[in-house]
Amino acid sequence: MSDQSITSPSAIPDTRRRVPAGRLIVYAVALAIALCLAFAPFLFPDVRAQEVAARICVFIVLVASYDLLIGYTGIVSFAHTMFFGLGAYGTAMMLKAWGPGFDAIMIGGGLGVAAALVLAVLIGLLSLRVKAIFFAMVTLAAASVMMVLANQLSDFTGGEDGFTYQVPRLFSPAFKLVTDADGKVLRLFDVPLNGKIAAYYFVFLGCLVLFLAMMRIVASPMGTVLQAVRENELRAEAIGYRVVSYRTAIFCISAVIAALAGVLRAVWLKYVGPEVVLSFAIMIDILLMVVIGGMGTLVGALIGVVLMSLAQFYLKDVMEIAAEATAGVPLLPDLLNPDRWLLWLGLLFILLVYFFPAGIAGTLMKKGHHR
Amino acid sequence: MTEISSHLNRFGGVYLLPVAIAALAFALIGVPSTWVTLTVAGLAMGMMIFLMASGLSLIFGLMDVLNFGHSAFVSFGAFIAASTLAALAGWVAGDSAILNIAALLLAVAAATAFGAAAGWFFERVIVKPVYKDHLRQILITIGALIVAEQLLLAIWGGAPVAVPRPKVLEGSLIIGDVAIEIYRIFAFLLGLAVYVAMHFALNRTRIGLLIRAGVENREMVEALGFRIDRLFIGVFMAGSALAAMGGAMWAGYQGLITPALGGELMILVFIVVIIGGLGSIEGSLLGAILVGLLANYVAFLFPKLSLASNMLLMMIILLWRPFGLKPAIKG
Repeated sequence: MSDQSITSPSAIPDTRRRVPAGRLIVYAVALAIALCLAFAPFLFPDVRAQEVAARICVFIVLVASYDLLIGYTGIVSFAHTMFFGLGAYGTAMMLKAWGPGFDAIMIGGGLGVAAALVLAVLIGLLSLRVKAIFFAMVTLAAASVMMVLANQLSDFTGGEDGFTYQVPRLFSPAFKLVTDADGKVLRLFDVPLNGKIAAYYFVFLGCLVLFLAMMRIVASPMGTVLQAVRENELRAEAIGYRVVSYRTAIFCISAVIAALAGVLRAVWLKYVGPEVVLSFAIMIDILLMVVIGGMGTLVGALIGVVLMSLAQFYLKDVMEIAAEATAGVPLLPDLLNPDRWLLWLGLLFILLVYFFPAGIAGTLMKKGHHR
Repeated sequence: MTEISSHLNRFGGVYLLPVAIAALAFALIGVPSTWVTLTVAGLAMGMMIFLMASGLSLIFGLMDVLNFGHSAFVSFGAFIAASTLAALAGWVAGDSAILNIAALLLAVAAATAFGAAAGWFFERVIVKPVYKDHLRQILITIGALIVAEQLLLAIWGGAPVAVPRPKVLEGSLIIGDVAIEIYRIFAFLLGLAVYVAMHFALNRTRIGLLIRAGVENREMVEALGFRIDRLFIGVFMAGSALAAMGGAMWAGYQGLITPALGGELMILVFIVVIIGGLGSIEGSLLGAILVGLLANYVAFLFPKLSLASNMLLMMIILLWRPFGLKPAIKG
């Protein structure tokens, strides 16, 4: 995804200067991840890996849009999953009501995004004037109310169980995307070109477009103003930028992008429920991913998401082994239980915030950077 | 208009809000006995939330630290109280009223002591390195919350834990056709006692004076030669201890607790602190009573709206008074 970022003017202010080694490493890793995702269906053909790849794509957008807030502008919001959920629920409810079709995705997704925008404007105008901490509390309260609403209005949302629905036929595995002479599904590198591939590339391209749009926003004059707001609010105000307007604007943009990511997630998953799109656990995931990857670097989102996703799958296996090895010791097996993987990630998170507040990408990028 | 507002102010200003809500609810419910039961339940709930919220509010007011890990103290308090009560099962189930009360007080005391100790650790290890950096503060306390919740799961497991309730506090007091649970009266009285103690400590003692001065202007207190960091740690420990005490009371009130309880209560606590205004004890009390009453009335009148009602209340109050009803600090 970030292959564009290397040539984008903002990433490297002056190409004649020597590019720091750390920055090169970060971009190389990001490029590798982007390429892996671009060819994921062919590189990792099994079903589980495809699920992971699609989840990574959507989460990169989600995390990057959150980074616009926390990293670029210094706003801490806990309502990001709320916007994500609005996009997803909007699409899903319309697909269920109207049946599978692109019109349902467009209208439902549009309504979800619009709802996210309206809520973002309301919350922003109501509480972005006050302290960061106040805003964090208000968004947390708003998000939890949305969660309760989704759980209680079970006639519309399916309650805690969520609901499943059909997506357009183009995205179903039975659909023949490309057929050979016999009318069978054509296979490329032994991978059938069916609707699943179409769905994956719908998600991938959607995410790519959104990510590039964010790169553009960050590189624009507005992005610079946002960083000024983060660094010194009073000074930005004194120079003549209306801080509240800029904050509200970026909060809305980020909410819309999160809602669009929710639309993509809903189309891929064919299921919505509070656990997968709305829960506080997802918010924690996003926070961990942003901080691990590096706040204030969009590329960091790629690294953070991939590391966290891999950790979610493989850390559990490692802990399983460790728990068995320490079976005789009191309490230790409980702490090493695979269900407790968040404990160790939480500790890692605290240490990261202490010692490497810039995250992996941020820390690496500073290496070899002459000030 | 100004005449009316001055009259209102003389009779208590924003403190009239809970009375107004209670009166409105009385009109809507129409059955006096139900109304009394709900009001007592609301007051008891409000007092327990006040215990949790006041600590958070005070810590924020003095130290400018918003501890997102505050709910961890609440959950730990609840579970420690539950374990203590389970360990003292003989006292709890016995017929002697003194032993009954002693068991409950011991459980609350154990939770409170743990809260104070954990608060000390939290302040030294987690919060101290990131003073004056809100972003990292929020992140690091969230990280601590994750770790604490996981520890809770590792120690007590994910299953709900039953909390034995002392025999004397079981059952209800029946006056006419009104039934009032005794535990609720106990919770209300304990909360009231804590409020009075805090009010006295803050307004009539030297340390209270220093704390209030610190809330208003930290640099000045430091410049006058007082060790504000010692004050910080004391307030942090007291706040955490109060949270644990609130959690312990809540455990006895609910009778069945799950590790999710801290997170659920935290939303209420945040709403209370926002409504009340950051940094003020009176504001926390007012907000807690409002939230407690409203939660009980709405749960009775419109069951589907119960949590959203508090959110709505918060929105309305924020539109009316952006810094809460009784803020101790401006801005």
